[in-house]
Amino acid sequence: MADSHAKHGPSYMAIFWYLAVLTVVEIGVIFAPFPRMAVAVLLVAFACAKATLVALYFMHLRIETKTLGYIALTPIAIGTLLVLVLLPDTQHVPRQTADSHRLEAPKE
Amino acid sequence: MSDAATALHHPAVEPAESPLTPESWGKLGMWIFLAGDAVGFGVLLAAYGVMRATSVDWPHPAQVLGIQLTALMTFLLICSSVTMVKSLEALQANDLPRAKRFVLLTALGGAIFVGLQAMEWTHLIERGLKVFGNPWGATLFGSSFFMITGFHGLHVTAGVIYLLSIYRVISRVKDMRYNYMVTEIAGLYWHFVDLVWIMVFTFVYLL
Repeated sequence: MADSHAKHGPSYMAIFWYLAVLTVVEIGVIFAPFPRMAVAVLLVAFACAKATLVALYFMHLRIETKTLGYIALTPIAIGTLLVLVLLPDTQHVPRQTADSHRLEAPKE
Repeated sequence: MSDAATALHHPAVEPAESPLTPESWGKLGMWIFLAGDAVGFGVLLAAYGVMRATSVDWPHPAQVLGIQLTALMTFLLICSSVTMVKSLEALQANDLPRAKRFVLLTALGGAIFVGLQAMEWTHLIERGLKVFGNPWGATLFGSSFFMITGFHGLHVTAGVIYLLSIYRVISRVKDMRYNYMVTEIAGLYWHFVDLVWIMVFTFVYLL
């Protein structure tokens, strides 16, 4: 298998090091003096990159049949749809929690 | 034979091949299960995102939860994914004792992960993080934290049991092609658990 991976892409240990380095970079990013939105975008991008590496190389999706690839893509499509459906809820509702409701309740 | 089977000289092809599932029915079943499970985790993380975005007093997770321990847990799961693929490599080389050692190491990594998570939960509960409240802000912070990390922890626990059962199977069965197939399918589950933790670590602990 090591030979096969040498022919077709990086070895498992190379993927391990990519994942380890990306994790260290992720932790470094949250302490970096970047705007909060930039940190969020970077963290999500790094997490997606790590998840992609695991799926493509450790789960062999890179060389699997198309059928399994489509099955793997299904939850991503559903997740994207879910986020799009939920986005308006995060924009137009009052920014309150159960706690702030409780604090604002009239006293008798 | 599929691309994967051709590229890796896959020895474990089930007799019941079909154009739909040229690789393995077991593998197809596991992928369908994982896709459904991924939707479950996706819903949990999306709900977490909405709760957090609509809250005025959501605590900053990196400050409240601490990330040193969870960074170590992340590293541990990545290592266990490597030992899992190493066990497949060993099986492909017909080295059963080495494969068994790597399966055991993977299960050990998972068991240590669950132990560290129990330690983290205990520490946070002692500091006041409860399902129905916490000293730092929004009530839902605690319930969502326990729900998401607990659901993942259950998956890791199930994975450890699954891996130990696979260890028992490959210890008894002499057919290396069968052993490769069942270990590869178990590996899919284990890598999925690792993949989900990558997302949980980012969304619950770092963001």
